[in-house]
Amino acid sequence: MSFLFFQGSVVVYLVSAAAYLVFFLTQKTPLRRTGRAIFLAAFLIHTLSIIARAVETGHTPITSHHETVSFFAWSVGCCYLSFRWRYTVKNLGVFVSIFVLALMLVAAFSSRGVVPLPPALQSWWLPVHASITLLADGFLALACIGGIMYLLQEHEIKKKRFGLFYSRLPSLDALDKLNHHCLGIGFPLFTLGLITGSLWAKQAWGAYWHWDPKETWSLITWFLYAAAVHQRFTVGWRGRRVAIISIVAFLSVLFTLWGVSFLLKGVHTYVS
Amino acid sequence: MSRDAIVLLGVNHKTTPLAVREKLALSAGYEEPLRALGQLEELREYYLLSTCNRVEVLFTCRDIERAQKRVLELLFAQSITAEELDRYVYRHVNIKAVEHLFLVAASLDSMIVGEAQILGQLKEAYRHATKIGCSGFILNKLLHKSFSVAKRVRTETRIGAHAVSISYAAVEMARKIFGDLAGKKVMLVGAGEMAELAAEHLVGQGVAEVIVANRTLQRAINLARCYNGHAISLEELLGQLQRVDIIISSTGSPDLILFKEDVRSVMRERRNRPLFFIDIAVPRDLDPAINDLDNVYLYDIDDLHNVVEMNKSERDKEAVKAQRIIAEEKLKFGKWLANMESTPTIVQLRARIEQQICFEVEKTMGRLGDMDEQERQGLEKMIAAITGKIAYPALHYLKTDNHCIALPDRIKTIRELYQLDDGSNDQESQ
Repeated sequence: MSFLFFQGSVVVYLVSAAAYLVFFLTQKTPLRRTGRAIFLAAFLIHTLSIIARAVETGHTPITSHHETVSFFAWSVGCCYLSFRWRYTVKNLGVFVSIFVLALMLVAAFSSRGVVPLPPALQSWWLPVHASITLLADGFLALACIGGIMYLLQEHEIKKKRFGLFYSRLPSLDALDKLNHHCLGIGFPLFTLGLITGSLWAKQAWGAYWHWDPKETWSLITWFLYAAAVHQRFTVGWRGRRVAIISIVAFLSVLFTLWGVSFLLKGVHTYVS
Repeated sequence: MSRDAIVLLGVNHKTTPLAVREKLALSAGYEEPLRALGQLEELREYYLLSTCNRVEVLFTCRDIERAQKRVLELLFAQSITAEELDRYVYRHVNIKAVEHLFLVAASLDSMIVGEAQILGQLKEAYRHATKIGCSGFILNKLLHKSFSVAKRVRTETRIGAHAVSISYAAVEMARKIFGDLAGKKVMLVGAGEMAELAAEHLVGQGVAEVIVANRTLQRAINLARCYNGHAISLEELLGQLQRVDIIISSTGSPDLILFKEDVRSVMRERRNRPLFFIDIAVPRDLDPAINDLDNVYLYDIDDLHNVVEMNKSERDKEAVKAQRIIAEEKLKFGKWLANMESTPTIVQLRARIEQQICFEVEKTMGRLGDMDEQERQGLEKMIAAITGKIAYPALHYLKTDNHCIALPDRIKTIRELYQLDDGSNDQESQ
């Protein structure tokens, strides 16, 4: 059942990203509304698939690689929609829908098998720690996307050559506000994720901190974001520099998610 | 027999230098000059418009020459010489005045074609006129029409969609950097015409404050007053950089007046809030290297030219469309005016017929006053009905469009046929 929903949502995400992309190139306004409606539909189907998966496996479906990436995509969609509800950032949906589609494709190609949960992981910390961390990642992903859009737009304005992006991207100020908002929510959530993870580690493995690769990389990521947030909120860094840090720090997030699991071995790898 | 003439007198940015416009502008508001115009018995209806770029008075009157002389004496003569009056003030009469008003309302006569502010100013001026009650049947119709023409131009063309002037291109860039311009502060360095234009635009976009820095302070004060801003001297420039967001520089200075290092230190104090420099001076005022700083954007006149060139052809097409709409509306209004011409004839004709019927009735039946009330009312009704029936063919002839015979000729025919101009009946000649 969850599989069916999952496949369905991938297809609908694909249609939504296609509609958004065509809109982006042709600038036909009705298409944007279509793209947004389809994206919302895909998001709802995706939500159903996660609920169904939780029912089928009997635990929070954020343990295998497939589940994690799928939940990651869901949280990006969730953050986007929450953001969309408060501010309008012109054409952000185009970038978000493509990013979400990419994550969904990664999830679709990884093993979908349900593995039983080892006793150490059977705790109510699992939904708390995993969902908070991934939700934080969702906001940080948006900050990264906003950063990329900022750099594209800033490049055209600074170089005074107006190409594809100038008229299609929002003002620099809007993109900077997006970054501000996403860091402002994403960073505290990420911190909370680290703390809950540490508490869970104490309960499961007997120590707050193990220095296993995933934890180490999380800490590195945390320091990167801490630097960005510190510079932003105290020294008043903004625009280009914060955009670059947001992108670099997000690459570190992705490495924590994938690089650590596949390249380095530790207690934190997905159940396999 | 004919209706009142519509006359428009005024000065605008095309005909008149700022120095003269400044003197003529009605800085004290509309009320006083409108009341003063009310003292002139030559005028029937009148209305005044005063903006940064134009001062125009529109009125209807019988004797154009005399009314014009009195109006000019009253409004302008104290401020400028007779020779200047002759040179700068334009005069449009009747349909020309209508066309001019439509062009102004649709923003085709503006300094920046397509800007939206003028319509608001027009409405404001009209509000003052109606408050005092000095606009009548013709001006009410004319001004309302001009509002709807402006609206039509705005909705049917994309006249306001593309930046075609350097100054507006600058505003467009500012919007890409700052998003919303409300609450932003602008500083004009040097008070040239270009700077004035750009400021006009930015004020239209809702910037919070305009600061003018100029070598001669008097000029700065004059310009600042136009936008409710304030003036500073050039020496205070660096200190102000911390407060403002957009700087438009257009001084005649042969050397650079602001360097990269100056701006770099300011950025730290500004906590990196973006700064947008627009350098429209030739030779340039601002160090090109300023553009290399983070969160600082510098556009010079060539950069803005490039933006404008991209948009220009688009706007031209739209202006042609707008001109067509105005020509159309002018024709329609002309027709309405022409029909106004026939109104006195119609009134006279009916009166004449009614009078003759009454005359005959009285001759046959004795004095109407002898009848009782009911009978008399019945008779009056009958007289009115007969008048209508008899007058109908003539009125129909006047009112229906006839392609072969022009309205004035038709009026003349009717007047001759019914002997309306024959001197025996003095009371009808009003």
